Amino acid sequence: MAQAAAVAKPPAPPRRRRASATPRRLPYLLIAPAALLMLGFIAYPVVSVFYYSLQDYNPTKPWRNGYAGFDNFVRIFTDDPVFWDTLVFSAKWVFVEVGLQLLFGLALALIVNQTFVGRALGRALVFSPWAVSGVLTSAIWVLLYNSQTGITRYLADMGIGDYGTSWLSDTSTVFPAAIVADLWRGVPFFAILILADLQSVSKDLYEAAEVDGASRIKQFWHITLPHLKDAIILSTLLRAVWEFNNVDLLYTLTGGGPAGETTTLPLYIANTSVDAHDFGYASALTTVAFVILLFCSMVYLRLSKFGGDNK
Amino acid sequence: MITKEATEAAPAPARVAPAPPGPSKRRPAWDEVPRWQIYLPLSVYLVFTLIPFYWILLFALRPAGSTSLVPWPMTFDHFEKVWTDRSFGTFFQNSVLVGVATLVMTTLVALAGGYALARFDFRIKRGFMLALLCSQFVPGALLLVPLFEIFAELRMINSLGSVIIAETVFQLPLSMILISNFIKNVPYSLEEAAWVDGCNRMRAFRVVVLPLLRPGLIAVGSFAFVHSWNHFLFALMFLNNQEKQTIPVGLNTLMSADSVDLGALAAGGIIAAVPVVIVFAFIQKWLITGFSAGAVKG
Repeated sequence: MAQAAAVAKPPAPPRRRRASATPRRLPYLLIAPAALLMLGFIAYPVVSVFYYSLQDYNPTKPWRNGYAGFDNFVRIFTDDPVFWDTLVFSAKWVFVEVGLQLLFGLALALIVNQTFVGRALGRALVFSPWAVSGVLTSAIWVLLYNSQTGITRYLADMGIGDYGTSWLSDTSTVFPAAIVADLWRGVPFFAILILADLQSVSKDLYEAAEVDGASRIKQFWHITLPHLKDAIILSTLLRAVWEFNNVDLLYTLTGGGPAGETTTLPLYIANTSVDAHDFGYASALTTVAFVILLFCSMVYLRLSKFGGDNK
Repeated sequence: MITKEATEAAPAPARVAPAPPGPSKRRPAWDEVPRWQIYLPLSVYLVFTLIPFYWILLFALRPAGSTSLVPWPMTFDHFEKVWTDRSFGTFFQNSVLVGVATLVMTTLVALAGGYALARFDFRIKRGFMLALLCSQFVPGALLLVPLFEIFAELRMINSLGSVIIAETVFQLPLSMILISNFIKNVPYSLEEAAWVDGCNRMRAFRVVVLPLLRPGLIAVGSFAFVHSWNHFLFALMFLNNQEKQTIPVGLNTLMSADSVDLGALAAGGIIAAVPVVIVFAFIQKWLITGFSAGAVKG
């Protein structure tokens, strides 16, 4: 019946709604639970962070609480060397992690996309650290880096590194040590995403290229890589944001040390709010981190021409 | 009519993964990569991947103080100790509760929202989509303080509910985008056919759409579970009572002790990994399909 009514009216668009015979409120009802949860537990906290960033707010020193104007921001940019150190370290951390994860992930995806004996097992094993948590990764690598009983002792036996100090407590080795631990867990993420996208490349393209006598390297550059472009841009961006924000691994593996050597900006913020209870200042730092993140993401999407030519 | 259409459509997702070429067929030329170029780098990488797993297994199974490189004689003392003395039994229960509740809430709420996004045009849709995407940039770790204050206000500090809500909220945006993409892949005409046959919207959704969403829902639900199982910071912040803590917090406590009991840490780590390994083995075959259907391709 409803169908007949829709047919009688020439313009097509209203047909959908009419055919369903459901109230127009339905979509709003459906998104309401999600919207309410996100308003209450994401939007409201974000707004309150902006609000606190203009306040002196420290529950342990209530006599100083009150409106502070832009004092917190002035302090960040003019009077806080730790902020700049952590910002530089964050950039270094994200850049090295995402770059290496992409490189290894891409290589692995290309390999396990081939047909070979034992492929299913190979894939399962390659992907396995993907689901391991940051804390568990830390636990595993604490065992591996232990100076007495860890794998590093056996490496020292073979002449790599020295006995005595754990790689995690030496300022000259802590960065590569933490990078390797996070790589171990991070590479499968890229391998999975890129493999998924590789499976949608049309095989005809390769066959045509083969007929034209293109080498496998040429095929990679001219067929595979352009096809993967959007997936790579999106996954590197998501991963970069994630690597920047995620504090689980460094918090538990190095605690930001030794000597603040591995403190990222979010870790610094967590310490400022959790240990020092300086909520106002931590909120200002959060605001700055948020703006930096948003700005970098936009620049990245613009520069990489996301969704540009193959749509 | 409905059932016929539904069964006709059902094989479609399965076709995403093409059947491997049979042995009788000639291999296409582009597939002829020398075997060593596959096995050599793969083996090198697998050594890197598997040694850490072996190492934690070794520490968990060999007696304290042993330096043997094989877990023999084998002992389960570390597991017993960690499960009872270090209350990993309690932590395990709490983590299961948080994980399952997060899975259920995330899937239901995201399913409703995802359906609205996939099937309706409504006034705030664009704004809502934008909000979902932007929320991806909001780091949960940086909202710890305001979230703590909200939960304190709601008197939910030290209750697992606070962690469940926080985990769900941060899982929601991506889950909803994924599910709405899965729903878009189900032809609308299937639903319309069901309405013609007299189903209301709810029934048409349940009978026609829901069965086709299975791989996607399994992927989304498993992510929600694994993510909340693994996540550490919310539980660390919102649960101060030792009775209420979760496995990752327990692991962190073991690690930050003055003299770390390596055997207990390893056993605790394995307890933390078991459910994730089970889920992972279970969803493996859906993982790639689920991803390619929803995650990267818009």
